[in-house]
Amino acid sequence: MSRRRAVLGGRIALIAGAVAALEMLCRSGIVDPLTLLPPSGMAAAMVAVIASGSVTGDILRTFTTVAVAFGLAVAFGIAVGALLHAAPRLRRALDPLLASYYAVPLFVFYPLLVALFGLNVVPLIVLGFASATVAMAMSTLTGLDRTPRVLLKAARVHRLGRLRTALLVVLPAASPDLLTGVKLALAYAFIGIIAGEFILSGSGLGYQIAYAYDSFDNRTMYGLMLFVLLIATAANAALHAWEQRVRRRRSGR
Amino acid sequence: MSGAAAHARLTGVTRVYAGPTHVHALGPLDLDVARGEFLAVVGPSGCGKSTLLDVLAGLAAPSSGEAWFEDRRIAGTVPDGIGVVFQEDASFPWLTVADNVAFGLRRAGLDGAEIRRRVEDALGFMGLGEFARAYPAQLSGGMRQRVCIARTLVLAPRFILLDEPFGALDQQTRLLMGDELLRLWRRTGATVLLITHALDEAAMLADRVGVMSARPGRFIAFVPTGWPRDRDSRVVSAPEFGALTAQLWSHLRPESLRAMGQARA
Repeated sequence: MSRRRAVLGGRIALIAGAVAALEMLCRSGIVDPLTLLPPSGMAAAMVAVIASGSVTGDILRTFTTVAVAFGLAVAFGIAVGALLHAAPRLRRALDPLLASYYAVPLFVFYPLLVALFGLNVVPLIVLGFASATVAMAMSTLTGLDRTPRVLLKAARVHRLGRLRTALLVVLPAASPDLLTGVKLALAYAFIGIIAGEFILSGSGLGYQIAYAYDSFDNRTMYGLMLFVLLIATAANAALHAWEQRVRRRRSGR
Repeated sequence: MSGAAAHARLTGVTRVYAGPTHVHALGPLDLDVARGEFLAVVGPSGCGKSTLLDVLAGLAAPSSGEAWFEDRRIAGTVPDGIGVVFQEDASFPWLTVADNVAFGLRRAGLDGAEIRRRVEDALGFMGLGEFARAYPAQLSGGMRQRVCIARTLVLAPRFILLDEPFGALDQQTRLLMGDELLRLWRRTGATVLLITHALDEAAMLADRVGVMSARPGRFIAFVPTGWPRDRDSRVVSAPEFGALTAQLWSHLRPESLRAMGQARA
């Protein structure tokens, strides 16, 4: 067994062990099942609530909102990263702001966003976008900084124009760091939007979880929480696997 | 361009880096490289050897003077027919060896069968046939440099510029890579300009060695080696080899001392 497989096996065993322990604690009554459903109960609740179709609209709305915010954040983040890389003076001026960006709790601006755009999907998109785009820009900058100058010279020797150099040389050269940015952007967009739906929204998965909590509907709440957890983890794991595959190819392992 | 015999020519070329430090890196210098010639250029560290290569390749414009290749003025872009091999590893790490070598051919719009034929030929010539599907990170430094040479060779350049291509390799690998470079030169009939800091490498490989002064680099001597075209690394055991490297060093030593003085200043 390769070391990588052994690590993966260990990781899965750890999670399975934690889930089994939680199941045992809940089933034995050590943890009050009214407070926390056993994992098997959460899974059953998740299947039931999704199969009922009662939250299909919310699922679609949340995922659509995340997709729009994430797509805009990736595109804008790459553009900003490329601009800052090309303009060192601007970068020096903005560096402290970018470095402290995530020290600011962006959710405090949510009421302002609602006042500006109304109680609809736009404030959520702005929140998800604002949460994600700076991570993408920073990762883009890292990727561009790490692109060896000799590869740009090689592009010139092959007489590539600026666009083809960007697409055929710079983009693939920076792709491991860009993928890191994409992974972070998706996570931040998800967090921003689900949290936004918790605070002030009339629909979406975050709203439904908060509504179930307020209504003491533990089965729906835990079912939806598990659903969000599984989707976010699956998306992150898929991007992480892609990123690791690209990095392994570069390192020859 | 006057003087049709020269394949590439520099006339009165200087290169000055403007700005607060204002570095006069090169020249004024003149250079004629004959068609099919193997010219090596040696000089002290920081004398502008790589700048000279950049000007000849079209990667940097001269501050004054003119650069010519095949009767066309080199003006800010790399002319068709020029191939460059750099000291640093310039292989594309996201592409396999075969895709690296095919990179320029795909950009040139050749059909698939022709690309495959030329790539296989270049890989075979450089001894990389069995590594076609490997990624550069899986290869040694010497093999990665061979990938870069194959990527240049496959485009059939008429003028090959090499900027200390074996600088990062161990001595034995450098000798063997030198043999491969000579084989490549004989097979393609291309003109070759090799920038190197190794006097023995220049003396072994070139028809003629240009010796540059300390910065701003100018040519202070051209030393013909007199080797037959059909030579290889075994010339290092010839009695003339020692005399040749000694002659190069006698030109270079005062300039190297001057360059060290510049560095200390």
